[in-house]
Amino acid sequence: MCGVMLDPLFDTHREVRALAREVAQAEIAPRAEGWNARREVPLDAIAQLAELGLLGVTAPEEYGGAGLDVTALCVVVEEIARADVGVSVAIAAHSGLTVGPIVRFGTAEQREQLLPDLASGRRLGAYALSESDAGSDPASMRTTARREDGSWVMDGAKMWITNGGFADLFVVFARTGETGPRGISAFIAERGPGLNVGREIPKMGLHSSSTVELAFDGLRLDADRLLGEEGGGLAIALSTLDSGRIVVAAQACGIAGAALELSVEYASERSAFGGPIGRFQGVQFPLADIAARLDAARLLTLHAASLADAGLPHSAPGAKAKLVSSRLAVDAADVAVQTLGGYGYSAEFPAERLYRDAKITEIYEGTSQIQRLVIARDLLGDAARGGT
Amino acid sequence: MKIAVCAKEVPDTTAEKRIDPDTGRLDRESGDKMLNEFDKYAVEQAIRLKEAGAAEEVVLVSMGPAKATDSLRQGLAMGADGLLLVSDDGLAGSDYLGTARALAKALEDVGAELVLFGAESTDGRGGVMAAAVGELMQRVWVTSANTLAVEGGNATVDRQTDEGVDTVTFALPAVVSVTKAINEPRYPSLKGIMGAKKKPQEVKGAGDLGIEGAGEAGAGTKVLGIETPPPRETGVKVKDEGDGAQQILDFLIEKKIL
Repeated sequence: MCGVMLDPLFDTHREVRALAREVAQAEIAPRAEGWNARREVPLDAIAQLAELGLLGVTAPEEYGGAGLDVTALCVVVEEIARADVGVSVAIAAHSGLTVGPIVRFGTAEQREQLLPDLASGRRLGAYALSESDAGSDPASMRTTARREDGSWVMDGAKMWITNGGFADLFVVFARTGETGPRGISAFIAERGPGLNVGREIPKMGLHSSSTVELAFDGLRLDADRLLGEEGGGLAIALSTLDSGRIVVAAQACGIAGAALELSVEYASERSAFGGPIGRFQGVQFPLADIAARLDAARLLTLHAASLADAGLPHSAPGAKAKLVSSRLAVDAADVAVQTLGGYGYSAEFPAERLYRDAKITEIYEGTSQIQRLVIARDLLGDAARGGT
Repeated sequence: MKIAVCAKEVPDTTAEKRIDPDTGRLDRESGDKMLNEFDKYAVEQAIRLKEAGAAEEVVLVSMGPAKATDSLRQGLAMGADGLLLVSDDGLAGSDYLGTARALAKALEDVGAELVLFGAESTDGRGGVMAAAVGELMQRVWVTSANTLAVEGGNATVDRQTDEGVDTVTFALPAVVSVTKAINEPRYPSLKGIMGAKKKPQEVKGAGDLGIEGAGEAGAGTKVLGIETPPPRETGVKVKDEGDGAQQILDFLIEKKIL
């Protein structure tokens, strides 16, 4: 549909995309409407993806993963998002936000112990940073962990935790020291006594995804559950989000791709005033804009991913990719609803679901305002912070 | 036991295909390619036989452009162990018989007791390769297998016919083509995709295998011209005003269908 485009992907990524696309279209897309209507988290579909290795894309081969890069994860998440956004966020939170920091900051023992089960999907992960009063400003978090008899005791609560309803393992951030950014540490917590999983939080979209509140009530964590250095938690959180937002950009491209495909199909088939509505420029031009922006957003996303894969700074490029792609997803879903008219507004057609699902990409893993902040600081340096 | 699966790279079934008007051949260079859908069932069956302990090795055998390994790797990602591709400019333009001659030579080189084919290819749709290769190799050949079991040097298949299902038992070596009813092909896993690159992928020319009577020169058929079929004429619309059934009956009688 997108015509001939020089494919910037290498062989491996193309083969991974072919697998993800085939599985997503055959196994996920046909069932997505039902899951979302019933607000059902499709653990069986996630298990099938795990069986094919799609939950261990970025885990190193020595731990049973595929040992692939951020680009590969982006390719998978985009394809899954085209079929069902909720399932794609489960993969992103598991691979990008849980496996990712354990690979990069875990000790040899932690990697050895945790990664094989996470890579195979026998155990699923979640990332717990946000709190009800600390979203864009994570340094203001109130969850604490204090030392007691050689272990840690955690108290507090986390909010909007993706995968929380079923995850076995959580990367949790808590204050262990002074107020401010340097007093935060990262921990690996497991489902069990002291870690209370709250109810599913009702949401505008992502109805096939689990989002819960977590409460820590004197949760005891052994000393070896500390991830990275004491006081180094916020740096881990932010660096994890640096690559995580590239994956969200890929997810947004998936949503936009699905919306465009739906719009084009409908504009070609729906007839009004004696012919397909696609012959009207009023219908054509919004589709043309979305198509052009989608190519741009996808290339920007792959560019940011390739920087991350090369070990180069990718904070601002990732922020740009997410800013542009998430707005595109929202606009593309809006165009799809408008193109489909009454059918677009009807919950029995997928445009309505895309419209509700798209919005979150402008919010989670850094709002669009935070992305602009990251970009502006990259542009202006100290001046952006008011210094000279 | 070794199983060879003949597999083919074909143009993406969802893409528009182009026939080169000068040569009368399908343009195999442009556009997306894929592993022939029917062949996945043969690959799957071979892997299942290996997993069940009836075979030790599964080798893919194909003829096509050198780049065809890209599509054939999907069979390796599913679980086949290696691949032999016959690729030679001199083989371009092979007709069914020429293709069968080339495959038969390649299969002799591989030396498999059991050779599997998919029912047909989604581009040529001849569905004759299993029989032609079987004849050339002077082997038992059985087509349209809905099931395939191997035990003690014998194979048993249920084969689909117009009248029903024949159950046939025969001694190996043999050539068998399978239908889509035989199994549900697996997806390649991510690990399979990564591992496929490291599996042996051999490319041999016509000379390496002693192939003769293939390519355009060896073709017994010749494409004289290519034409787009005329657009279908609009059918007769029957408007039912109480005599619809009679009108349909008259029409069928007129066309000598009844």
